[in-house]
Amino acid sequence: MFDKEYDVIVVGAGHAGAEAAAAAANLGSKTLLVTMNLQTIGQMSCNPAMGGIAKGQIVREIDALGGYSGIISDKSAIQFKMLNKSKGPAMWSPRTQNDRMRFAEEWRLALERTPNVDFYQEMVSGLIVEDGKVCGVTTSLGIGIRSKSVVLTNGTFLNGLIHIGDRQLGGGRAGEKAATGITEQLLSYGFESGRMKTGTPPRVDGRSLDYSKMLVQPGDAIPEKFSYSNTKALNHQRDCHMTHTSALVHDLLREGFDRSPMFNGRIKSIGPRYCPSIEDKINRFADKDKHQLFVEPEGWDTVEVYVNGFSTSLPEDVQFKALRSVVGFENVKFFRPGYAIEYDYFPPTQLKHTLETKLIENLYFAGQINGTTGYEEAASQGLMAGINAHLKVKEENPLILQRDEAYIGVLIDDLITKGTEEPYRMFTSRAEYRTLLRQDNADMRLTPKGHKIGLASDDRLRRMEEKERKSESFVNFFRETSVLPEDINPILESVDSALVKQSDKMFKAFSRPQVTMDHMKTLAVVSDFIAKEELDREVLEQTEIQIKYSGYIAKEKNNADKLQRLENIKIPDNFDYRKLKSLSYEAREKLEAIRPVTISQASRISGVSPSDISVLLVFMGR
Amino acid sequence: MFSQDTIVALATPSGAGAIAIIRLSGPEAITLANAKFKSVRQKDLTQQKTHTIHLGHIVDGPKVYDEVLVSLFKGPNSYTGENVIEISCHGSQYIQQQIIQLFLRNGCRMADAGEFTLRAFLNGKLDLSQAEAVADLIASDNEASHQIAMQQMRGGFSSEIKKLREELLNFASLIELELDFAEEDVEFADRTQFIALLSRIQEVLKRLINSFAVGNVLKNGIPVAIVGEPNVGKSTLLNALLNEDRAIVSDIAGTTRDTIEDEISIGGIGFRFIDTAGIRETVDVVESIGIKKTFEKIEQAQVVLYLSPLAPTAQNLAAVTVEIEKIKNKFPLKTLVTIANKKDLYTAEQIASIESEIPSILFLSAKNGDGIETLKDKLLGFVNTGALRNNETIVTNTRHYDALLKSLEDIERVQLGMDGGLSGDLLAIDLKEALYHLGEITGQVSNDELLGNIFANFCIGK
Repeated sequence: MFDKEYDVIVVGAGHAGAEAAAAAANLGSKTLLVTMNLQTIGQMSCNPAMGGIAKGQIVREIDALGGYSGIISDKSAIQFKMLNKSKGPAMWSPRTQNDRMRFAEEWRLALERTPNVDFYQEMVSGLIVEDGKVCGVTTSLGIGIRSKSVVLTNGTFLNGLIHIGDRQLGGGRAGEKAATGITEQLLSYGFESGRMKTGTPPRVDGRSLDYSKMLVQPGDAIPEKFSYSNTKALNHQRDCHMTHTSALVHDLLREGFDRSPMFNGRIKSIGPRYCPSIEDKINRFADKDKHQLFVEPEGWDTVEVYVNGFSTSLPEDVQFKALRSVVGFENVKFFRPGYAIEYDYFPPTQLKHTLETKLIENLYFAGQINGTTGYEEAASQGLMAGINAHLKVKEENPLILQRDEAYIGVLIDDLITKGTEEPYRMFTSRAEYRTLLRQDNADMRLTPKGHKIGLASDDRLRRMEEKERKSESFVNFFRETSVLPEDINPILESVDSALVKQSDKMFKAFSRPQVTMDHMKTLAVVSDFIAKEELDREVLEQTEIQIKYSGYIAKEKNNADKLQRLENIKIPDNFDYRKLKSLSYEAREKLEAIRPVTISQASRISGVSPSDISVLLVFMGR
Repeated sequence: MFSQDTIVALATPSGAGAIAIIRLSGPEAITLANAKFKSVRQKDLTQQKTHTIHLGHIVDGPKVYDEVLVSLFKGPNSYTGENVIEISCHGSQYIQQQIIQLFLRNGCRMADAGEFTLRAFLNGKLDLSQAEAVADLIASDNEASHQIAMQQMRGGFSSEIKKLREELLNFASLIELELDFAEEDVEFADRTQFIALLSRIQEVLKRLINSFAVGNVLKNGIPVAIVGEPNVGKSTLLNALLNEDRAIVSDIAGTTRDTIEDEISIGGIGFRFIDTAGIRETVDVVESIGIKKTFEKIEQAQVVLYLSPLAPTAQNLAAVTVEIEKIKNKFPLKTLVTIANKKDLYTAEQIASIESEIPSILFLSAKNGDGIETLKDKLLGFVNTGALRNNETIVTNTRHYDALLKSLEDIERVQLGMDGGLSGDLLAIDLKEALYHLGEITGQVSNDELLGNIFANFCIGK
């Protein structure tokens, strides 16, 4: 059935697998996407939303490089919010609520429209490995499919085990069976594996809820979008709602604790601390008598509703009884209960910066198999694995993003350098140079790179260059154009800023903390310039950031350049750390295992202290 | 690349002395020493316990070099963390050189500058600021600076900064938490507590920064300039203070063409005396250069000793008063002591009458030492060593001082930001900088330039 050899086989078609297949194929690799169920491509297994703090920036980065997540999120969005608008621009984070079914459909259609992608539905149960190199996969029917490289994106399916109360069922997702065979085979090649846990809340019937008792959570008045391409922003949106638990709800939940797999020791693996189940929240924050719940529609037309904040693996009768005591949920009907799932992952310190495994050549891992959580984290790894699998097959230089270039660079460097003990989620604080990695400039940071390898289209590059050129000229306009006191003072007065006596460059007034682009636009000369130059929202935003935050941006850039010196000190491949008695024992072990490429990477390994780094620097002869 | 061979160097100052110590460090230190050491009790050094002393001879075949004491320290419980041998030999330069060369011929390498301390650092025996303190300790020649260096070497200074940095780190992580969990159900710490913490940190930083002035003086000695017209006996006074024939003394005016400096310890405090070429109008080119230098030196000094040309027979009291005013005008910030030399030639009445004109004048005799002690007491009185007596942390290192200044600047920016309601992501930038600068002091941030600087400041054998 498979007589040809593929360049890239992608196993799994979730966020990571779909991006990997799209990237490899778009770059020109003959690509096969193998999944256990072709009806669940691009499935949102948990909440029907994309983006959020730090995650929204990642979606923008994927889009800037030429990935699909941003476009698909835009096409299936039912609500858009730019979070944190009151903070500095590094914190502005786009997020959409999405139509779950449309999202999956858009992914399926996008992949079908991508030349070079073949599809096959079956469970991959093993890898073909020859001379330490992966050469294809074998399926549960015993079919062998040969390829030059393989990207594994198995998500929660490897030996997946679902827990609801004291019942356990094998499965990779509600209603889908688990995948077996791969973990066992990889262990035989010397890989190390572990178990992680995650959970999801119940889905309920929206017709059974009383929204009048809840707080409406509308989208932004002027919605933006993820993609830098010509996708459309929403012109109408669906609302979310907010309610909360109570002391009574907590008591009802506690009644089921003895049957909770979280507390009776049945689940041993570690779940995401940052996304705790409701029982975990009650347990850890015993003094709080209520927790927020967000009630999110699953789509434009469906009545299905996602109860964000109520992730649980308590018995379904306990879930049901407790939820019925939540304000607005008095008559709730369940579509399905929440559950927890345990699955295999492979500590990501076994990977290189390209996401290729150190043990088997041309084998790549992306997504939850690497111990991450989140669609965005998964999608971005899939994208990078797909890109690098293609580049390796075509014998081209890999694409590795640095920590000061992209959250994706931070994510991958963290994973392979530090590993992770619990499901890894991106935060802005994981980036040293948050102010450089903004959602507004992902295109300027990454589109040239995406274009250079042939993934981002000419059109993307042209748009980005035009945005750059126009915002530069707009910034110069503010630098060069003077404004009279009688014109600027009404604006200054309206924001309680000191008035000026003399005519001065607009840049000065605009730099003041409370003065915004909206204020400046009220000046005729500014609005005329915008009209004449046909400046769009993105140019205005970019200009405003460049003017108002230039000092901070310059400072972070300066700090990033300082650290770059350590990034430039390479550690030889064969360096023997065991000889260095002066390193701490822990540092020696960790360095030996992870084999960092640079001193800077070494400094980020946990257990390697600054004095260990000083020792390395001295040994390296600085 | 750092090597792990065995190194040797003279650990005591070069030159002749009663005893000299030659130090070997490295994996082969004990075996190499044993090969050239003949114990009086036939002991095998490789079989001896650590921290023991052995009498014997350094020998090379039939040739005996010297009778020595060998101190033996086994790694990791030694200064460098490696095996260390210290050979106390007789202090002639010839013997020192012979023994060192013997070991150089037999498997040792000459130590580089600071290499013993470098190895101690690499083996985790010292942290960076402790390593710096070793350099200071070696260079310290008065009790006060010795005390600071000792305190720093024991880690007193770094631990205070470490504590500060930890508190700041807590603060920073709360800010980060606030940023990343803005959308979630998390409660954050109180802003007023943050502001209180900030001002507390500023207080401590300012105290440490201010202590630098005291610390610097204690470390480098208080500069004291001796000025006066040529041939009034400045060099004689300096010699009296130093108790040695340091400056050239003759009756030909202007003998001291260059400035001469020397340091003495008075009551545990270092004073750096600067003998100047005297100030007078001159046509002599060489001497005028000297006078220009004199003014530069006075600029650097904290105390000016004006040695007046008063003499019992001379009627120049008015001129001297004018001269005193001149110095006061030119250097209004310096502490001035006016001195009348040759006290032995004055009668009690003469002294009383001059003192009524110039109340602060101090009579002494540089020649026979009368009044020198009074002068020393007076100098000591100028020094406020309160901070030292309270055993408080004192900053002496310029690198630390700079880092403290930068940290304070960062913290003040954070404070400004807090007051102005600046967003946390922007506050975090200044906070990170402050953490970086504090970490530079304690070595919690690794900085490659810093390493180079520190180890270049050692001499061989330390």
